[in-house]
Amino acid sequence: MKMWRQIGAVTGMNLRSIPQRLSTSLVIVIGIAGVVAVLVSVLAMSTGMLKTMNNAGRDDRAIVLRNGSAAESGSVLTRDAVRLIGEGVGVKRDADGKPIVSAEGIRLISMYKKADGAEVNVAMRGVGPKYQTLRPEFRIVEGRLFNPAVNELIVGKSAHAQYRGTNIGDRLVTRGGTWTVVGIFSSGGDSHESELLADVETLNSAERRGGAQSVNVMLDSIGSFQAFKDSLTSNPALAVDVYREREYYKQQSKVIGRVISVIAYVVGGIMAVGAIFGALNTMYSAVSARLQEIATLRALGFGSTAMVISVLAEALLLSCIGGAIGAVLAWLFFNGHVVSTGGTAMGQLVFELSVSPALVAIGIVWACAIGLIGGLFPAVRAARLPVATALRAV
Amino acid sequence: MKYFKLIWAGLWRKKARTIFTMLSIVVAFLLFGLLQGINQGFNQAVQNLNVDRLYVSARTNMTDGLPYAYAARLKGVPGVRAVSHWTYFGGYYQDSKNVIPAFSTDAEALFKVYRELKVKPSYLEAMTRTRTGALVSEKLAEKYHWKVGDRVPIGTSIWTDKQGSNTWDFDIVGTFDSTAVGAGMPEFYFNHAYFDEAAAFGNGVIHYYIVGIDTPVNAVRISKAIDAMFENSTYETRTQTESALVQTAMKQLGDINFIANAIVGAVLFTLLFLTANTMMQSVRERTSELAVLKTLGFSDGKVLGLVLTEALLLCVFSAALGLVCATLVFPVLKPIFGEFQMPLIVLGMGAGMALLLALVSGLPPAWRARQLNIVDALAGR
Repeated sequence: MKMWRQIGAVTGMNLRSIPQRLSTSLVIVIGIAGVVAVLVSVLAMSTGMLKTMNNAGRDDRAIVLRNGSAAESGSVLTRDAVRLIGEGVGVKRDADGKPIVSAEGIRLISMYKKADGAEVNVAMRGVGPKYQTLRPEFRIVEGRLFNPAVNELIVGKSAHAQYRGTNIGDRLVTRGGTWTVVGIFSSGGDSHESELLADVETLNSAERRGGAQSVNVMLDSIGSFQAFKDSLTSNPALAVDVYREREYYKQQSKVIGRVISVIAYVVGGIMAVGAIFGALNTMYSAVSARLQEIATLRALGFGSTAMVISVLAEALLLSCIGGAIGAVLAWLFFNGHVVSTGGTAMGQLVFELSVSPALVAIGIVWACAIGLIGGLFPAVRAARLPVATALRAV
Repeated sequence: MKYFKLIWAGLWRKKARTIFTMLSIVVAFLLFGLLQGINQGFNQAVQNLNVDRLYVSARTNMTDGLPYAYAARLKGVPGVRAVSHWTYFGGYYQDSKNVIPAFSTDAEALFKVYRELKVKPSYLEAMTRTRTGALVSEKLAEKYHWKVGDRVPIGTSIWTDKQGSNTWDFDIVGTFDSTAVGAGMPEFYFNHAYFDEAAAFGNGVIHYYIVGIDTPVNAVRISKAIDAMFENSTYETRTQTESALVQTAMKQLGDINFIANAIVGAVLFTLLFLTANTMMQSVRERTSELAVLKTLGFSDGKVLGLVLTEALLLCVFSAALGLVCATLVFPVLKPIFGEFQMPLIVLGMGAGMALLLALVSGLPPAWRARQLNIVDALAGR
């Protein structure tokens, strides 16, 4: 009990004297704010990307590719295969008894970014007539849906924001023809919003391509996935791989997501080491500025635990403030900041950086760790100080 | 120079503080060296790429492909030395994670276009004789313990053969030395004739024609001539130089330049604050000592010089240490980024940055020391 009172008293004294040592104290705050801001911003990139990819997946939908294809771009499915997949076990059927499936095909087209004119590959996706039933999250936000049999397409919200020539009425040239933009759609913030959509039959005939690349299927229930998968893989007329949609999209962004996280932690780690030295500096000078004060307290009978904890508490408080400032800076500058990358097999993926509460927590934890390490040695020094020597210096 | 001892003593007046400040500067410049080194290294590598090669792809998008028949017409363009081609195979070995950069090509012409790739004539001859033959880089052969004469099954994520299988067998007929070209280049070449005959679809498609030209000076003219030749045909072309091609590929990944600069900016700002603070503190503590120096006859300018030199010494020495560390770490990154060294320009930039840091952090306290009034300082006012 007495110890707690001591700790309270000394910590209070320390904190009240911070304004007198403002500029040295700011070293901890600013140093840690820098580390946390960089760490959180870079991690926000991979979080935002994963979020976009995860949104694209639902557990009651499955995607079927030719076996061995890592992604849609490398897959081909014949018309017969598409029909057989629709007849698989556990496929949900609409009111007319038709399976809710969409045979889709992607081709990459070159587009130019609005921001810097950089040329990038963007996916143009041909989709089947049941697309809207398959994807209830799909919504036209401007204009109208494309009509089949004419060269019309609609652009995703993110694609519209990022690329030139994606306004309604604009024309887009591919090898197979000239396409008119007739609408802009949203799709629940998923990766499809980075794409252009057209009717699959129209796209295939214009581009002189047969068949589809993937078949997307709505299942009866989440549980019927295994039955559906088994019915297809045991069918000798089919050679396909079946994935849950969510897993498929997660897989697509796995590599690049991991690369970004590694960069974040390596750069953040090196910066953190630098910040620890800064924190050590600050706390050592905080302790040495108060040598006589500490010695006097010790002479009065204050315990060394109280000294250690009071110094640590000060370091932690300052580093938490720094961490919070860093996280807020990252949030202010980068939350919702739109970037795009071509690190997936499906052309450019446009996504928003997302500073989630979990990331802020990671930032604060790092800040506390830095503060703790930076405060520990000076705290021990304060506690070990020989009282007589320190008092003589007065 | 005669004041060196004085400056040195000032610097080490508080050992712990100086060492911690030094270490944080070292860390910052290590980070600076790594990030800018990679960034500049890439830029330099791109600029040093061969300029006597052009890449011809479909104008709409590379994946659209070009007809095989274009090879003959490209050869006819004046100034063209040799024409070869690539088609992406999307290869992997055993597991789709073991990516094999495999491409179908016209091997004989390929080694005329890429003169820096070294291959034994006997291997090249075996390649033309063996329909299912493959030439692999020495690096790749070593990685998977392949020997000449081995038959290797290569999976593909794109192509199916006429039997409906997506695993193709190739006979390794030789190896080639690819050390002269950077990472990210094809390392597994096989005959286009075999590929074209055996593929179930997409027959005859070529993704890139690679055109070797007589002299780099003509690159622009020949590019224009090629694109003009195929204008308004079903398959329009786009011709790029090697560096333009690589730059486009890099841009697909995102703005690497911006990210590197933003991080370095944040690091340097943080550091500036830290060093400036240390210098300020150190001068404040020495107020009376500086006053004594002035009493002894040191001029205002000299005192300013002393303090500034101290900052300079601290920053430049630590920065140099950090850059040396970065240069030493650089070879570790080789497996990820391929063959490149710490660009000299980065070291130069680092030196400039260290000077700037010393000036910005040292000038305010040095100025304070210069303005010091002896009587007030000694009286502790």
